Amino acid sequence: MKQKSATRKTALYFKKTWSLYLMMSLPVAFALVFRYLPMTNIAMAFKEYNMFKGVWASPWSDPVFKWFEKAFTTKDFWDALRNTLMLNSLDLAFGFPIPVFLAILLNELAFKRYKKVTQTIVYLPHFLSWIIISGIAKQLLAPRSGIVNVLLNSVGAKPIDFLTNPTLYIGTYIAFGLWKEMGWNTIIYLAAITGINPELYEAAEVDGASRWKKIWHITLPGIRSTIVVLLIMNLGRILGSEFDRPYSMANSLVMSVADVLSTYVYRVGIRGFQFSLTAAVGLFQSVICVIFLFSANAIAKKFGERGIW
Amino acid sequence: MVKSTKRKIEDLIIAMICFLFIILCLLPVVNILARSLSSTQALINNRVSIIPVDFTLESYHYVLKDVAFVRSLWWTAVLTLICTLVSLAMTILCSYPLIFDSLKGRKFLNGMMLLTMYFSAGTIPNYLLMKDLDLINKPLVLIIPNCLSIFNMIILRSFLYGIPDSLRESAQLDGAGPVAILRKIYLPLSKPVLATLALFYAVGRWNGFSDALMYLPDAKYAPIQLKLYQVINNLSAIETAQQEGFSAPMASEGLKAASVMFATIPIVIIYPFLQKHFISGVTLGAIKE
Repeated sequence: MKQKSATRKTALYFKKTWSLYLMMSLPVAFALVFRYLPMTNIAMAFKEYNMFKGVWASPWSDPVFKWFEKAFTTKDFWDALRNTLMLNSLDLAFGFPIPVFLAILLNELAFKRYKKVTQTIVYLPHFLSWIIISGIAKQLLAPRSGIVNVLLNSVGAKPIDFLTNPTLYIGTYIAFGLWKEMGWNTIIYLAAITGINPELYEAAEVDGASRWKKIWHITLPGIRSTIVVLLIMNLGRILGSEFDRPYSMANSLVMSVADVLSTYVYRVGIRGFQFSLTAAVGLFQSVICVIFLFSANAIAKKFGERGIW
Repeated sequence: MVKSTKRKIEDLIIAMICFLFIILCLLPVVNILARSLSSTQALINNRVSIIPVDFTLESYHYVLKDVAFVRSLWWTAVLTLICTLVSLAMTILCSYPLIFDSLKGRKFLNGMMLLTMYFSAGTIPNYLLMKDLDLINKPLVLIIPNCLSIFNMIILRSFLYGIPDSLRESAQLDGAGPVAILRKIYLPLSKPVLATLALFYAVGRWNGFSDALMYLPDAKYAPIQLKLYQVINNLSAIETAQQEGFSAPMASEGLKAASVMFATIPIVIIYPFLQKHFISGVTLGAIKE
């Protein structure tokens, strides 16, 4: 009798909710096929992958870590790893403080309409693709005809080829990254500033605090936790790599500093057919990234912050 | 309270620094726009800065003569529309069931979806999957593999979660099923968020490059970013066409500028609509369960 009512209950439950499960089935199928199924292909990092046999029928490599060992003895791999770390660190060093500065600046802006216009404009580059931006960069910095060199020329300086000199390429790469994202990255800080209790400012006003004092003692402490979380999370992503940005900005003359892990995997793997080797490199990168991200999250929580999950 | 002179001066200085940021953000785009609208001669003589010199639509004209480029523009527009609709549907299908606290297995399904944000198979395993599914060189490869963004799903889910349960419960008492509730209550209320997500998806597809580069070795279905990449880096047939047409060495610069503008203008056009909503979208996305 008891069992019967339980069955009835289950039947009733499914009668009420089957449509929800039906809805969910499509996204679940999508995730299984396009996100989880390819994870089985990771096995090829430990196999002698043969295109005609497929991943499963290909024999295991001997030793199992053969492709990892091979990658670790390749100069191109170490270059890509070093460049990934270098470019990401520079991105963080410049790309992290500037949005904080800009957000505080925008918050202090007294003219409301003007503030809106400024925000609208500084957010815009975020929506342009890296292909567009690389096109813009190549035109702006062209050795003879680019506006930057035309300006340099007018003050008597020699033309500079920014994109083919390795050191200047790094600078250009970082500068355009900043150009694209600095405005966008203020959003989260501006939202945090909005959350600060306005009474604090009013009280400071009554006490005669200067603008600088208010920024230092109210605004900055008010967004401190946001800054800490974002900083730690960005540190956690230090080995991650974008693809469009390095791929579109680079050229053959600066490969020694421009090739990062993602472009290396594409070039050697998909273009060069060394699938097992690059799958190993990709797996190495993912594993380190996940470890970094989890540690970063744990550290953020240790600092008493919310973390990202 | 009357503002002191010191405060007013500070305000002006801040406004001026902000103006510098505005200039910094606009200058590169304005320069390219000016170049695209200038004559070949003006470009050769390096006379173009932020205002078009000898205004002409010549460069645009030449870009429009390139059949492959124009076809790619149209194809990308159609593709963007399809992708946006498919992705929006998928996002709704995924986020709506997840707001029912009583749904059995909700935690598991939710976790399964979120996990894909942190772990991905990687470039090569994904590439082999496309090969195995026989999607290489098929237009579908630009639509299906990225038709659901978990980040956007979280935004919508957070929004739907914010709609009072009482609305749902009273409808349930009236005998409405989940689908009717979605259609009659939730979807009408979430129009602004859906608009934001539609624009996020649309921008994402319009700007998408790497999937086309990796999965579409044939140029037939090349979307605009791939085409633009080829133009910028002199890999395209546009160069040869132009060399046959007219021989000025700098002409390609104007042509490249115009090509960049073709890819940029649609974004700039939809940007004002996008801008109204995305801030709330980004902050909603920060809430993750």
